[in-house]
Amino acid sequence: MNSPSNAESGPGSATPATTTPSEAGASDPGYNNAATRPFYWSVWRELWENRSIYIAPLAVAVVVLFGFMISTYGMPERRRGVLLMDPAKQRALIGEPYDVAAMMLIFTVFIVGVFYCLDALYGERRDRSILFWKSLPVSDLTTVLSKASIPLLILPLVTFVIIVATQFVMLLWSSVVLLTSGLAGTTWTRFNLLEQSLILLYSLIALALWHAPIYGWLLLVSGWARRATFLWAVIPLLAITIFETITFNTTHFIRMLGHRLTGFAAEAFDFQGQHNPDIHSLSQLTPGRYLSTPDLWIGLAVAAAFIFAAVRLRRYRGPI
Amino acid sequence: MATIEARGLRKVFGTTIALDGINLRVEEGRILGIIGPNGAGKTTALSAILGLTSYEGQLTVLGRDPWNARDQLMRDVSFIADVAVLPRWIRVSQLLDYVAGVHPRFDRAKAEAFLAKTIIKRTSKVRQLSKGMVAQLHLALVMAIDAKLLVLDEPTLGLDILYRKQFYDSLLNDYFDKTRTIVVTTHQVEEVQDVLTDLMFIDRGSIVLECSMEEFESRYLEVMVNPEHVAAARALKPIHERPVFGRSVMLFDGANREQVAALGEVRRPSIADLFVAIMRRPKDGQ
Repeated sequence: MNSPSNAESGPGSATPATTTPSEAGASDPGYNNAATRPFYWSVWRELWENRSIYIAPLAVAVVVLFGFMISTYGMPERRRGVLLMDPAKQRALIGEPYDVAAMMLIFTVFIVGVFYCLDALYGERRDRSILFWKSLPVSDLTTVLSKASIPLLILPLVTFVIIVATQFVMLLWSSVVLLTSGLAGTTWTRFNLLEQSLILLYSLIALALWHAPIYGWLLLVSGWARRATFLWAVIPLLAITIFETITFNTTHFIRMLGHRLTGFAAEAFDFQGQHNPDIHSLSQLTPGRYLSTPDLWIGLAVAAAFIFAAVRLRRYRGPI
Repeated sequence: MATIEARGLRKVFGTTIALDGINLRVEEGRILGIIGPNGAGKTTALSAILGLTSYEGQLTVLGRDPWNARDQLMRDVSFIADVAVLPRWIRVSQLLDYVAGVHPRFDRAKAEAFLAKTIIKRTSKVRQLSKGMVAQLHLALVMAIDAKLLVLDEPTLGLDILYRKQFYDSLLNDYFDKTRTIVVTTHQVEEVQDVLTDLMFIDRGSIVLECSMEEFESRYLEVMVNPEHVAAARALKPIHERPVFGRSVMLFDGANREQVAALGEVRRPSIADLFVAIMRRPKDGQ
């Protein structure tokens, strides 16, 4: 138990105006100090507060599984037909439900991330709990970074785990359905879970990096707006687009936004001249090209600027 | 070194002057009560002290500039801003985990011991607790933090009398020792009268009165004047007079005790009476 024995003797021995003690337990003489992990616990705070982070993707996964299970009615006959086609077509058709499941979950988590960011620095001001959070020795930087880590780190991780688990269950189910026809192994050979999981991991990381400025913008708006955060996030972008069209008759801004939503794929993957987004082999991943794309780094710099501004805003903004 | 030291502390919101260059000094081990009407600047002053708002002028709290070093300062300072600021979605156990994980001077066992005296369950969410229980929970957390300065901004607002009494009793008996400093603002002036060591009245951004409770008791006298002595009493220039059940109760500043005792029953004034007297007094120059 901490004993608040104070080795300082009174008003004479002043607490020095310190330079920069680290957040983890710098000590004044005479006080017990436990080691602290402000960032770790701040991330936990976000998870406790926003259970949709894992509940929403889980709910969608359940729906996907349910739908898949129903769709496997009559699967053995369809599979026999598919196996007569060329290997590329087989891969595409057999892997389709898995890719669809993955994309639906990625889309869901993107929406979760957007709404999370819009509320991140707004909710605590609206319910005045910011006065409690600020009464604890956690810096604004740590708090904002812990919030930024949700769409950039935690959500991709959660998505990855849920997608792989879902696909695994789908594989098991399809094996059970095909067991009596002796075709159980055909799904596993055409949809290589290990390879696909690695591709998925790469995609999620690439996507998170590419979308970073979007999340940064939403965090900034949530830290600034006093109400209607969604409107404040969207309407300025709309206004710029319209202004540009009317004044210059160009569409650079809206195309830049569209590129920022979907443009990572062209740089992160090698589609080998095909038009469908079917990445089936690790050899199609192009991390080198991706990391040397200037747009990636510009986006990250913009994200950093937005986050820095959000940190400053949190310092200045009090409860609404 | 004083716990809090301010010189020319000033805060302006647009055209409103919330704090008009106040000077303030709070020594270690004191319990200061800041009393003032709504809009007087109490919360602004506390916000400046807690690093929640920028300001002009000089202000040091425990040797640090609160605006620039808030997160370091919060290791040594705890505060309760208001009865209702604990996040409503959080569970008691999560709250304990979080504070234990981020505050180097939080004693979890102590907090749990305080909570054991209440009916608050570990698994409850804050939204399931009554207002009084939320106040008890927040106080339990704050008292388990080994802070040098505790700031309480209207901590008992809206609580019933049982909780309010318990609040100050716990604070004095289980928390306060001569090395800790407490600053309280409250409208419930009567209940802090016996708790405070120092008193400050603030009105329209300026300090109107500042004294220790000892000074307060020796300087101000309240007299229930016998009807036949009313004129003589008025000649001694009381700072306030009010009728109570047909008799005159007068408040004197710096009057001679024997002289005044001859006029009627002398007693210690309440802070509330002094407050009303000073607030109603015409400003200098009018």
